[in-house]
Amino acid sequence: MLELLGEHIEKQGCGKVAEKKLLGWREIPIGAMNDRPGSSAEYHIGAWRTFRPVVDHEKCTRCGLCWIYCPDAAMQPREDGYYEPNLDYCKGCGICANSCPVGAIEMVSEVR
Amino acid sequence: MAVQVQQKRTALTGNYAVAEAVKLADVDVIAAYPITPQTTIVEKLAEYVADGIIDAEYIPVESEHSAISACLGASLAGARTFTATASQGLALMHEILFITSVLRAPVVMAIANRSLSAPLSIWNDHSDSMAERDTGWIQIWAANAQEVFDSVLQAYRIAEDRDVLLPVMVNLDGYILSHTVEPVLVPEKKLVEEYLPPKPLWNRLSVKTAYTLGVVGPPEYYFEMKYQAIDAIERSRSKIKEADEVYGEMFGRSYGVMEHHFMDDAEVALIAMGSVAETAYTAIKRWRERGAKVGFVRIRVFRPFPAEELRDLLKGLKVIGILDRATSPGSLGGPAFAEVSTIFVNERQRPLMKNYIAGLGGRDVPFSGFDYMVQRLLEAAEKEEVDELCEYVGLRE
Repeated sequence: MLELLGEHIEKQGCGKVAEKKLLGWREIPIGAMNDRPGSSAEYHIGAWRTFRPVVDHEKCTRCGLCWIYCPDAAMQPREDGYYEPNLDYCKGCGICANSCPVGAIEMVSEVR
Repeated sequence: MAVQVQQKRTALTGNYAVAEAVKLADVDVIAAYPITPQTTIVEKLAEYVADGIIDAEYIPVESEHSAISACLGASLAGARTFTATASQGLALMHEILFITSVLRAPVVMAIANRSLSAPLSIWNDHSDSMAERDTGWIQIWAANAQEVFDSVLQAYRIAEDRDVLLPVMVNLDGYILSHTVEPVLVPEKKLVEEYLPPKPLWNRLSVKTAYTLGVVGPPEYYFEMKYQAIDAIERSRSKIKEADEVYGEMFGRSYGVMEHHFMDDAEVALIAMGSVAETAYTAIKRWRERGAKVGFVRIRVFRPFPAEELRDLLKGLKVIGILDRATSPGSLGGPAFAEVSTIFVNERQRPLMKNYIAGLGGRDVPFSGFDYMVQRLLEAAEKEEVDELCEYVGLRE
């Protein structure tokens, strides 16, 4: 199977393209296929962000709805049970702020 | 070719010839939605599955869009798949056709060619598949029921070749081929198994391998991913010939990427596709008997387009006439004309070319139509000019 796909897979995927050598058409697996599961973790979409979520721990009830709703699994629980966004993966969509029942998350402009 | 194999002479419509070939190909998944004039293909296959004659999953989907999507998914999981459609149904599949080719899913599909609305027409022309010529699918156009049968089996061998891995469309003219009964030689299943690649081909959807299929292609990678499918259809050229030659050795019938007659000393030639070829051939044979130096070519494989083979065959002619049974409104002519005219683009010495558009929406193209076309080609050859590039033959004023 892997022989069929080509023994051409270097330790890099199609995601983090800006920092690594770009592969030629002979080098990538055929069929618009990525053969390294989980490699989207290498793709940092934080650069898309224009607003960042800022969590007010005074208001936060640690209900976890922001963690459930975050489409990029960027909102993660800390050891103390509060939630913080991983800014490598947060693209600033604001879904967490919208889903927060107590209004503890504010979207703050990245532009000063 | 003297091939000694057991083949049962069977009376079949073009559609039943497709179903018979699909049965012998031992497909795993059939996804289908009915549409005239294709319906009897998938009806027959439903019967075979219900009666336990074919051991396949039969998915009666809710649209053609779903039919091709189901085949795509099943094909990626390693299943041998089949679907069939026509006209509006093919148009509804449009976006998935591009995906099937780039995802390299060797789906085989039969198209009982039918015109596109409006006005609503269930009758035959080539508009439906011609509109899909840039989707990356291999296209075979048959001229009779036997060729339909043989082409479906060849299609599986071509599609599943590891150097190809592309979907293949087998075209048969609606009604004229799909519903007309002809004698068809049907070989034994054992031999067909020998001819086709072993199953399963591969499984890209296994939980053990966990691949991401149909990835996002950012600007840094889209071009390369798309080019792989372009490279594959180029490489399919030799595989299409090989599949046809081996078929000939095993079953005694092969067709080539095109068929031609009376070309040795021809000065003008007519090119056509599909079932009109048989009428055209007879009409041109009559002109030959009267001493006219006219030849005939039928293009069988339209994608990949046999440009080199046609250039070798057609160079030196005075005038070439190309019959299109589809239109490309706003263009100089029909799609086959546009394609054929590009093959001489860098030649200093090139034949004059003329386009005929006829037989739209099931309009018959009788002998008189072909006689007119040949006569106009001979006139152009004599005058050494083409006075009207594109003529609509049989159109009432």
